[in-house]
Amino acid sequence: MLLSRVADSLYWISRYLERAEHTARLVDVARDLGLDRAAAARSRAIDRLYMSLGLPNADGEQSLVRLALFDSSHRNSVAACVLAARENARQVREEISSDMWEQINDLFLRVRKLQEASAGGRTHYVSRVIVEGVHLFAGITDATMGHSEGWQYLQAGCFLERAASTATLLDAFLVEKDDTGPAALDQADWVALLRSCSALEGYCRRYTADVRPERVTEFLLLDAECPRSIRFAATKLEAALIAIARYTGRPSGGRAERLSGRLRASLDYGQVDEILSDDPHAYLANVSRQCAQIHSAVYQSYISYSIDTALPA
Amino acid sequence: MSSPLRPVAASLDPLTRTADSPASLFGHYELDRVFDEMFDAPAHARPHYQALVDELAAVSLDEMRRRQIEADRAFLTQGITFTVYGDAQGTERIFPFDLLPRIVTAREWDTLERGLAQRLIAINLFLKDIYNDGRILAEGVVPRELVFSCRHYRREMRGVRVHRDVYVSVAGTDLVRLEDGRFVVLEDNLRVPSGVSYMLANRAVTKRVFPGLFNKYNVRPIAHYGQALLATLRALAPQDRSDPTIVVLTPGVGNSAYFEHAFLAREMGISLVEGRDLLVHDTIVYMRTTSGLRRVDVIYRRVDDDFLDPLAFRSESHLGVAGLLNAYRAGNVSVVNAIGTGVADDKAVYAYLPAIIRFYLSEEPILSNVDTYLCGNASDRQYVLDHLDSLVVKAVGESGGYGMLVGPHSTAAQRDEFRNLILAEPRNFIAQPTLALSRAACFVGSGVEPRHVDLRPYVLYGEKVTTVPGGLTRVALRKGSLVVNSSQGGGSKDTWVLLE
Repeated sequence: MLLSRVADSLYWISRYLERAEHTARLVDVARDLGLDRAAAARSRAIDRLYMSLGLPNADGEQSLVRLALFDSSHRNSVAACVLAARENARQVREEISSDMWEQINDLFLRVRKLQEASAGGRTHYVSRVIVEGVHLFAGITDATMGHSEGWQYLQAGCFLERAASTATLLDAFLVEKDDTGPAALDQADWVALLRSCSALEGYCRRYTADVRPERVTEFLLLDAECPRSIRFAATKLEAALIAIARYTGRPSGGRAERLSGRLRASLDYGQVDEILSDDPHAYLANVSRQCAQIHSAVYQSYISYSIDTALPA
Repeated sequence: MSSPLRPVAASLDPLTRTADSPASLFGHYELDRVFDEMFDAPAHARPHYQALVDELAAVSLDEMRRRQIEADRAFLTQGITFTVYGDAQGTERIFPFDLLPRIVTAREWDTLERGLAQRLIAINLFLKDIYNDGRILAEGVVPRELVFSCRHYRREMRGVRVHRDVYVSVAGTDLVRLEDGRFVVLEDNLRVPSGVSYMLANRAVTKRVFPGLFNKYNVRPIAHYGQALLATLRALAPQDRSDPTIVVLTPGVGNSAYFEHAFLAREMGISLVEGRDLLVHDTIVYMRTTSGLRRVDVIYRRVDDDFLDPLAFRSESHLGVAGLLNAYRAGNVSVVNAIGTGVADDKAVYAYLPAIIRFYLSEEPILSNVDTYLCGNASDRQYVLDHLDSLVVKAVGESGGYGMLVGPHSTAAQRDEFRNLILAEPRNFIAQPTLALSRAACFVGSGVEPRHVDLRPYVLYGEKVTTVPGGLTRVALRKGSLVVNSSQGGGSKDTWVLLE
């Protein structure tokens, strides 16, 4: 038996950490690749980044790093996400292992120190601290927390966030079709996309180093094994939601499982050529919408359900 | 415990001698007329401390320091910490721990146990009486206005049927030992007493740093406190429901005792809830779980009366549950401790405890009170006014050291101020003599020295009264200090009750 408040906090711990990791990696890759490129391509890459992070493009690269990494007033910044994850962890300290708490607290303290030192110039280092910190937390969670109902909420939060953020990121690369088209993106942009998802090596093993837009799209959208692909995330998400339904004694086929099952199935059987020739932007928008629906369904079923429906007859 | 006690200037006392130490650790161990827990004469340990003294004789100063570091680390890594208020950084501190156990003999404990049980039974009869028939008031044993004017008296509890008539199920009674070696009660904590997690943690750590010592003593175990508390709470389930859902209600992570709330919930294997996890529908309390609403039968609340139900008490409180009082009055949920128990630990009511025990039980109190003068009585008042320079004067409704005059440390102007206050509102003041708490041997970094201590055993009352053999011994770690509060340089140590 798990309190709804506790489930809520666990779910958001991993959502926020996943978001922090995603943002940190994105900023790092963009800076790195931007360094030896023509100004126009570089500026377009920065625009894409702003778009995929849902940030207003203020004034170029420097402020992007500051906004995305350290601006606590922007709720999707790394600093804000780590703070929010730690706050959630603090509320449920007795439910998570001490090792998990110590790791998330340590990450928080390190980020805050970097924030105070305004370590914007050391983007790569900052990004490594965050990515490694989040990975360490995930490993400690797997190794020290019982894989029970609470653990499933951590899984659900992480993979829901991953599916949604990968969809948004991919969309930022495909949407340019309208004006200049994906053709306007050069090889370096697609490499950057793969690296942003830690997927370049996996891609090369699958397709060789011949980087083509439709293959990159297929890999990040439909691959069953790439841990950052949308399909992979949807599969894990569905498994977590089925486990939660079992733990809570709900009849199978609840709204959250049905929605996540539908998303996973559509990705299982999707064809990349059809998606690209049809309307990839609409397809990805639909993925994002389904993620939002799954989130609401989890809340309706387990966390903020209406009291009238839940009262014993 | 904030009672101000006159520091005894050991070095000036003619009786002062250095205990000729069996080891250099005791080089600065001073004795005077204050009761010393370890030595009854210089270089002469009390029999039940001999084995500890022998053990210390074989341990070097460096070894002691190493053990201290080990102990401190154990507290930190286990997360046995308290939150420092006003620190947004999430800094947590450990409650200073002294390495050496305080030892209570079986005979001493037997008296304490019987005395505490007698006291708690009488307190519960008193609470039932004042919230129902008021017999003790009608007979004039306790003045009616004293009870009704008490800040913690809850009108809402009039006529409420409390399951098993147990109002106080968890009590933490502060005892001090006087110069003649007698334990007396300094105050009763009958609302939400805290500190029991330190009692348990201290034992766990002492086992780690002094494993060998346990072989030389027959120390009674305390690790079953969690089970005992659970059994107590279970016994209080309304309508004796067979498989009751029991929860610990905490004000939340911001509370300084949050660690203890989480600790107790884990020890008992029950949920730790906040007010927002609970709701009341048709006078039934539910908690919101991922599997739906679940009925709650017993709430071990660590939230004060004032914040328990915004509909009944403070309306701005977010810590409680709207409608809880009505569910409680309907008998659908047990709240432990009951609402309104603070009347019985009021400082003026405390003075009547011996009379209360005699009234309900027709027995003499086994444990004495500290002499208390009620300024409401003409003769007491005159004595107090004549001796303001040697007494401690306390306002009955205050706590935490406010509204207090410490005679020996006061100025003439302060004494005049209190003289006027007492004359204006005599019933609002009590006075007690300035006490010298006993001292126990403590490791202070440079050796072993005596420090003032008190003792807080935890008494449980469900089906029957049980006291886990032990308690929290609080230590005024600063030399000469009599203040054992953690905020004022206080710490704690393990407390051993011997099987004999």
